[in-house]
Amino acid sequence: MSEVVHQSLPAVEVRHVYAAYDGQAVLEDVHIDLPAGEWTAIIGPNGAGKSTLFRILLGVMKAQRGQVQVLGQEPSAQRRAGVMAYMAQQEAVEWDFPISVRDTVLTGRYGHMRGDAFWRRIVPPRWCDPRHWAVVRQALKAVDMQDYADRPIGALSGGQKKRVLLARALAQEARVLLLDEPLAGVDTASERLIMKVLDGERRSGRTVIMVTHDMDSARRYADKVLLLNRQVVGMGAPERMLVDEMLARTAAAGWVRDHEPLVEAS
Amino acid sequence: MAWFESLGMALIDVLIAGLMLIVGLFPEALSAPFDYAFMQRALLTSILVGAICGLLSCFVVLKRWSLLGDAISHAVLPGVAIAYLLGWPFFIGAFLAGAVSALGIGALERHTRIKSDAAMGLMFTFAFALGVVIIGKIATNTHLMHILFGNVLGVQYPALMLTLFSGVVALVAVWVFYRSLVLYTFDPMQAQALGFNTSVVHYGLILLLTLTIVASLETVGIILVVAMLITPGATAHLLTDRLTTMMLLSVGTGILSAVLGLYLSFLFDVASGGAIVLVATALFAVALLAAPRHGLVGRWWRRRRGAAAMVP
Ligand SMILES: Nc1ncnc2c1ncn2[C@@H]1O[C@H](COP(=O)(O)OP(=O)(O)OP(=O)(O)O)[C@@H](O)[C@H]1O
Ligand SMILES: [Mg+2]
Repeated sequence: MSEVVHQSLPAVEVRHVYAAYDGQAVLEDVHIDLPAGEWTAIIGPNGAGKSTLFRILLGVMKAQRGQVQVLGQEPSAQRRAGVMAYMAQQEAVEWDFPISVRDTVLTGRYGHMRGDAFWRRIVPPRWCDPRHWAVVRQALKAVDMQDYADRPIGALSGGQKKRVLLARALAQEARVLLLDEPLAGVDTASERLIMKVLDGERRSGRTVIMVTHDMDSARRYADKVLLLNRQVVGMGAPERMLVDEMLARTAAAGWVRDHEPLVEAS
Repeated sequence: MAWFESLGMALIDVLIAGLMLIVGLFPEALSAPFDYAFMQRALLTSILVGAICGLLSCFVVLKRWSLLGDAISHAVLPGVAIAYLLGWPFFIGAFLAGAVSALGIGALERHTRIKSDAAMGLMFTFAFALGVVIIGKIATNTHLMHILFGNVLGVQYPALMLTLFSGVVALVAVWVFYRSLVLYTFDPMQAQALGFNTSVVHYGLILLLTLTIVASLETVGIILVVAMLITPGATAHLLTDRLTTMMLLSVGTGILSAVLGLYLSFLFDVASGGAIVLVATALFAVALLAAPRHGLVGRWWRRRRGAAAMVP
């Protein structure tokens, strides 16, 4: 049933991208398509440039060379259009901020509120269009945090915070979800919950792109695996990417390039 | 400009008349000082300064910008001095100097490996030293003292008008850009990911902060203005876990400190800026002890009850 998603247009096109920090190359000639409507897991060692790739996809960092398109458009334009939702690896969140869990999730709607009636835009966000609240309720329910909705955000455990941030990303109703290690520091029950939520998102036609170090969940849930370490090592079905030889190649790819990238046709 | 000025004066007179109606409700002993016109102007100025500083102080506290506020307020001094030399209105020089040094701090921390606290310390001590040297050459010590410590009892119409104008600008800006400010303070990365222009928000907030500082110069002075930008927000942060409530409480404590401080300074003939800040700190101390969730007494009580509950 989920096969109705048109496979023709990739969600993300990365074209010969080079990226560097202070002259230090981090990504070299990364050239890959990430399919729309599928769940891609990005796997690579620490320092491989996975978060950097996300920054480029979001358009908050410029590639030195090469181009990136998200659903056929420039990343920064798509970011403003609300096409992408992003969950950062290291949140820059001020946890002492006096804001409730519910209002935190509502901030995920701030982009959409640009389309609200004028008077709603000049009153405090709590009087926004009721449809935003409906989305917020749904998102909180999806991550099973509705009982915590009135808590201050700072009064949650680490795993609960992660779930709230996931709810905020869901509330954006974005077509592409970029999640940088959403499973780090999360217990198995929460992990299963998060995976279930993302699976639901994918089934409803969204594109899920997730960085993870957890091979098991990548094998279980992802449609595709992208092996990345400075360069693309491979891209294809989990069972063919997550094998010892490919993982060994990925580990070595930070220093040497002795294999052509193994990219399976989708 | 003339119509603008007379409009401002008329507005101020209306506001003062309104205030006097309220003051008239108090017993004679309390309201007597406000028979003087200078006390009436001082009262209005204090209320405005307390309100603007209270509003902005929420963002200063939550964004951890206390040191930046301190830096900008000190950096204003050479601007005042240079404006005086050139015969400009002092607030233009003050505003420019504050803005330039804030930009300088931003540039230093972005393009060198100097950390932000060092960048601020470096910039504001430099600017302050420059100001002290210039002022030492051109003005008297009382003049310097008034800039440093404020002189709310001597406030005249132009300064009052500036304060009123800044208050309106700050209120409208915070109102209109509420969402951007909240998101930028709470989670700058998310603000960026949602397509908000975070540099505009960042520098807009800095300019607002500078404007607030300049508007408060005559009331509490350069040295003490930063207290009004930290203490009300810190007090309110102890009292609530909702931002809108925090803003209201912060504005309230700002106004209360300013008015009470003004009254006490008249009563005991002490420096008004100092009195205002002491009252603000006293209110903070009360909140620190008695705040329901984050107060020391409440915490101690809960800990004791918790310990008692654990003993079978
Ligand atoms: N802000 C920065 N300034 C300088 N160098 C950076 C910066 N961010 C990342 N790097 C460097 O770029 C390289 C790639 O970093 P990146 O964060 O993309 O790795 P990653 O694949 O996400 O790793 P991890 O699994 O640890 O999250 C690393 O070698 C890192 O040292
Ligand atoms: Mg990373």
